[in-house]
Parts: sequence; structure tokens; C-alpha cells
Amino acid sequence: MILVPDLPAWAAAVVAILVLAGAAMTLIGSIGLLRMKTFYNRLHPPTLGSSAGTLLIVVGSMVCFSVLRTRPSVHEVLIAVFVTLTTPVTFMLLGRAALYRDRTGDGEEVPPSSTMENDAS
Amino acid sequence: MSAILLAWALTLAQIMLGLSMICATVRVVIGPRAQDRVLGLDSLYVNAMLMLLVFGIQTGRTLYFEAALIIALLGFTSTLALAKFLMRGEVIE
Repeated sequence: MILVPDLPAWAAAVVAILVLAGAAMTLIGSIGLLRMKTFYNRLHPPTLGSSAGTLLIVVGSMVCFSVLRTRPSVHEVLIAVFVTLTTPVTFMLLGRAALYRDRTGDGEEVPPSSTMENDAS
Repeated sequence: MSAILLAWALTLAQIMLGLSMICATVRVVIGPRAQDRVLGLDSLYVNAMLMLLVFGIQTGRTLYFEAALIIALLGFTSTLALAKFLMRGEVIE
């Protein structure tokens, strides 16, 4: 049984390309999360999935539901806006917490502090 | 023709997202320190949310969209609480 929405050909092609590109971006990000050596390197690759991957799949979903119902369907924008706003906050906090743990404890080597950093975290 | 193409593309996207969930799970299990595990958990919930969105496209229902929205909201809160815990040693002071 083939479970697929009943879309016209152009919409099917657009949705397929968008969803495949988003999933590939997410896969690349997660492989990077697995392969990087230190924690501060590992902080970067997952953002590929939560920015580009989410955006592409959400746009694909918007195209799919707009064509299916023959009216604009924009409620997926909620997810895109929310993930785009919250990912930097969580990763900044997580990086700060790891930096604090590494500086106070006997952690791994911390990256050199930049000249712009003026708070004593 | 286009329906079969779309079906294959959606299945392939689900396989890719499943592989990335496996990668994140491996990072949660082997992560040398606590912050690596929190990072893997964050990546895991983002991948699960995208998987639910693809399920929603496949079935044509909005039920999965609401589940994905709830995962996004609760995952943000959980990662924030875990980062606070790593920083301070307790969540509510």
C-alpha cells in the first residue's frame, strides 16, 4: 500500500525535493555530531539540522498542505519561528555551562578566550 | 508516476531522519561528559520533530503537526533546564 497525498505533478516534485534536501541536511548535521573530536566542535553541526533542515521540511509541508486544501496553509510557520528563535538560546546556554564546568573543574582543554569577552563567567 | 516518486522520496527522507536519530542516540550513549549527552538529546528531539512533520506530509493529516509543535516546545524547555542544571547544580534556586 502506497501512502502518499494526492498532489499534482509539479507540487509532488517540489515537495519531494524540499523534503529530501531537508532530511539530507539533518543527516549531515547528525553525522558531524558523531564525528567531531571535542565538545566545542560538536556544538556546531546539529544547528544545520535545526536551521536548514527544519526550514526546508517546513516549507515542503506548507506547499503540500496548501495544494491539498486549495487554500494557503501557514500554520507550520509556528514551528519554523519557534525553532529558529530557541536554538541559539539553548546552544549559547549549553556552551556557557560547558565552559564554566571546564574552567572550574579538571575538564578538557578550553578554547582560548577572545578579546571581546569581558564577563567573568 | 509522480505519486510513486513522492512516495519513494518521503520514504528515503524518513530513512535519513532515522539514521540521524541513531547518530544522536549513539552520541547520548557514548558521550564522554554530561554536556555531550545533553547535546545529543537536543539533536534527537529536533530529528524526531522533523520525522513527525514528514509523517504528516505522508498521511495528509494535521494531527502530526500538533505533536511536532509540542515536541518543539517541551524539548526547548528540557534542554534549557538541563543546561541550567549543568551550570548551577540545581534547576530552581
